[in-house]
Amino acid sequence: MRDVAIVSFAQWNGIEPERNEVEILRPVVQEAVERSGLARQEIDFTCSGSSDFLQGAPFAFVLALDAVGAWPPIVESHVEQDGAWALYEAWVKIQTGEVDSALVYAFGKTSSGDMAEIQALQLDPYCVTPLWPDADSVAALQARLFLERSGCSDRELARVAARSRRDAMDNPFAVAKGDFALEKLLAEPCRVSPLRDHDCPTHTDGATALVIAAGERARGLCERPVWIRGIDHRIDPPALGVRDLTRSASTSLAGEKAGVRRDRLDFAELSAPYTHQELILREALGLPASVRINPSGGTLCAHTLMSCGLNRIGEAALRIARGEGDRAVAHASQGPCLQQNLVCVLEGE
Amino acid sequence: MGDADPVKAIVTPVRLEYQCSAGRAATRFLRGLAQRKILGARSRPGEPVYVPPRGADPRTAELTEEMVEVSDRGTVVTYSIVRVPSENIKLELPYVCINVLLDGAGIPFFHVLQNCPLEEVRIGMRVRAVWVPDAELAPAVTSIRYFEPLGEPDVPFEEIEEHT
Repeated sequence: MRDVAIVSFAQWNGIEPERNEVEILRPVVQEAVERSGLARQEIDFTCSGSSDFLQGAPFAFVLALDAVGAWPPIVESHVEQDGAWALYEAWVKIQTGEVDSALVYAFGKTSSGDMAEIQALQLDPYCVTPLWPDADSVAALQARLFLERSGCSDRELARVAARSRRDAMDNPFAVAKGDFALEKLLAEPCRVSPLRDHDCPTHTDGATALVIAAGERARGLCERPVWIRGIDHRIDPPALGVRDLTRSASTSLAGEKAGVRRDRLDFAELSAPYTHQELILREALGLPASVRINPSGGTLCAHTLMSCGLNRIGEAALRIARGEGDRAVAHASQGPCLQQNLVCVLEGE
Repeated sequence: MGDADPVKAIVTPVRLEYQCSAGRAATRFLRGLAQRKILGARSRPGEPVYVPPRGADPRTAELTEEMVEVSDRGTVVTYSIVRVPSENIKLELPYVCINVLLDGAGIPFFHVLQNCPLEEVRIGMRVRAVWVPDAELAPAVTSIRYFEPLGEPDVPFEEIEEHT
């Protein structure tokens, strides 16, 4: 296996309706490229993650290349997935020996459409989508089962929300943030029982970009390369009735393959859009209580649908590069009720 | 329908509504059209003027913040004669769609050509925009009704070759 490191990272989250996708993405891509120390033409491969459903236009991702600059023609690929999966493709491409470096970016402009309805389109198109279950309701089915099975209460869920929003106060790119007392959160009515507003993600627009490079190339580019020690992604069956929604088997397997428990961890960045999903993921990855979860505030506090998973990896890499930890696990998820999961283990030089 | 018959079709209507943003660059372009102006943008003098502008130079991703007004006259760099009906275009068939290199622009612009016999359309032909009346001007490409022949001598192919 070739060693691959994250050498730079940039992100933006927020809502500025007058900017289109290219205008949101361009400065973020440029910042990541500049911080990498590589000229754009020196980066061998470009891979992106986004969903045309967010723009309501076919092949909308192609236009995003205006933000990257594709002349002379570049080697490029796209996944209709969170950008974390684009990172996986780029990592594989480096493993093949074809390329030594890659630009990975993702964007999600969730403010253009109705996120609850758009996400209904990822369900079974014959028997479930025609009923238009909204995303929060689908997550609530999972939450109810999880509380029942685990014995957790809504207080544990509120604790996740309070901690995430408090940590998000230090993150300029988090959207939902603040110091909230548990009792105050629990006094709120349910949005979709058992979930309250604070248990559900705050949607925002956003873009994320990072540059990865192999071995010595990475060492030459940054003071402390953050190495991808393991990366794996797995998928659960799509139908909501055929899997145990209270556990995430795909996360467990991806975590095992990525080597999560081979050494101690300093912190974890988990892409859990809903509070109960963080508890499911902790259990699936076997994270001890000593591991700090989502110091960035996590996806709960800034949900872009397509860049929030790649953001978890970038946030973890940034923290390690700054010396605020040596080894971390970062996770990305897509699909209803944590159906698809990617786990990445990062380690500082 | 018998039990053994396959279900060949079900109807599950999908309708999603979006509020899309044209973006800052295209917004300036569209506002220009409402004033009978065709605005492009470039990264700096000497670089191509992109019409319509998309905010960045698609070759280099450099910002294209300098707005440049281009002419509403130009040269046909390619064309096609359309003989199939479209729900969205209410022109009488057949009609001609053109890529027109507006004077001052770095890339051709797409529109339709009218007031021209089909056999006379050709690459290199000079054309001009025909705008809607003032009262109908709007921030939309439909503020230009169509292009029509200008009657000037043709531009030699070599001069527009890089845009064809």
